[in-house]
Amino acid sequence: MNEITITRNNHLIDPTLSIWGWEISVYLFLGGLVAGMMILSGYFLYRERHKQFITSCTVVPLIGIVLLSVGMFALFLDLEHKLYTWRMYTTFQPTSPMSWGAWILLLVYPAMFAMLLIKVPGFIPKKFTLLFKWSEYINNNKRVLQSIGIANMVVGSGLGIYTGVLLSSYGARPLWNSSILGILFLVSGLSTASALVHMIAKDKEESRLLARADNLFILFELLILGLFIINLLSSTQAHINAVKIILTGPYAAGFWVFVVGLGLVVPLLIQSLAVSHRIKHTAVAPILVIVGGLLLRFVIVNAGLLSHWTKVIGLE
Amino acid sequence: MARFGMVIDTKKCVGCMDCVVACKTENNVPEGLNRDWIVQDVKGTYPTLNMQIRTERCNHCDNPPCVYCCPCGASHIHELGGVVLVYHDKCSGCKACMAACPYDARFIHPDGYANKCTFCIHRVENGMDPACVSVCPTHCMYFGDLDDPNSELNKLLNSRKHRALITEAGTKPQIFYLD
Ligand code: SF4
Ligand code: SF4
Repeated sequence: MNEITITRNNHLIDPTLSIWGWEISVYLFLGGLVAGMMILSGYFLYRERHKQFITSCTVVPLIGIVLLSVGMFALFLDLEHKLYTWRMYTTFQPTSPMSWGAWILLLVYPAMFAMLLIKVPGFIPKKFTLLFKWSEYINNNKRVLQSIGIANMVVGSGLGIYTGVLLSSYGARPLWNSSILGILFLVSGLSTASALVHMIAKDKEESRLLARADNLFILFELLILGLFIINLLSSTQAHINAVKIILTGPYAAGFWVFVVGLGLVVPLLIQSLAVSHRIKHTAVAPILVIVGGLLLRFVIVNAGLLSHWTKVIGLE
Repeated sequence: MARFGMVIDTKKCVGCMDCVVACKTENNVPEGLNRDWIVQDVKGTYPTLNMQIRTERCNHCDNPPCVYCCPCGASHIHELGGVVLVYHDKCSGCKACMAACPYDARFIHPDGYANKCTFCIHRVENGMDPACVSVCPTHCMYFGDLDDPNSELNKLLNSRKHRALITEAGTKPQIFYLD
């Protein structure tokens, strides 16, 4: 028996760490989703499929800009010293993933904006002639088009990986101590982005291709989740206790039922049947994938905050 | 270069909380928040019990993750004694440092910035001990330079069994507890 009594009762710290609420989970989810969107549309643009895959290369960047802004607003809501937010942009701290993230976010906007110029959105008044000129220039230059595609893939990958590395860099929280988290969040971002585009794409081929891609991403994500669990289970006792929080502890139901079951396995089954023409494509599978992606962030963030080197909370 | 640290004799600490009160008074720590605190660590089963009482605070780690993860350069290592401090006017309140600290030593000040033990650097710079050390009625706390082989700290560490907390997290804490 080991009983610890502590006189500290600090806000957000005791009895369990609760520094980050829904804002951070939502931000990490939207960051991943937008990262996935950038990589997909960047790839299609690079392969010069933008004339056919109109949704991916013209609508998606616009949605991306909006979603990322919502995510950044959620992040802003979480900051406790809001008037000093600008301090992140007066320095670059190479050892801080959050600093990397702050600067990557600034690269994301121009990359998506450049993609948007391929076809200037209809709501932009004709008097902004410069935009239309740029658009014409881009469309007449294969090299420029492909460069925009590559830029979106590179920046998107950076964004997606960063959302995971942000957590994995905190050695104090054993559940996050796996660099697999960077790849997990990147693949989850690709999967949720495919699901979204599959759902809204007008072109049949584009929609079907993304459903097939999503199936692959889901399979890959299941594999990575497995590796993540093995990684922690084969580590120290603190890491084993940490991963038990999601395997059998307080977040087990959320993890198994909502993240793995309804968020990955069920949509994979539905979408496999749809892809092989045995049932019709509906919005059910993609919506499950997207909600599952959001819940993945919630479970990993919250269970991670609960995990600790010495305290074992909610187990046994 | 000095390397400030503390040695705390758990055989002497009675958990009176004078250090906690002294810190709150000296540093104007807002109500409901603590920069230092008391831990009672009871091991065993009745009647064979063992209790250790410890006063805990930021360990002013030599490998401080709270500094490395700060996106604003607000958390930093002070040039005197390697003390870990926060520039209030650079802090965005992102709480990364709170996620990074294995000791949960930090909190958010009601004014929005990250806050924690400073080893009373304002006193130390003027040749005084930190407030907690100076008020302890059992004299169980020793503050000084760990780099000085002749310091009281090193004499104690060389002669008594001791340990630091959660060393497995790899932050190289600079507060040592005599068992
Ligand atoms: S105890 Fe925590 S806050 Fe203090 S230096 Fe170490 S990691 Fe940073
Ligand atoms: S809360 Fe302040 S001191 Fe802590 S990491 Fe964020 S900006 Fe740095």
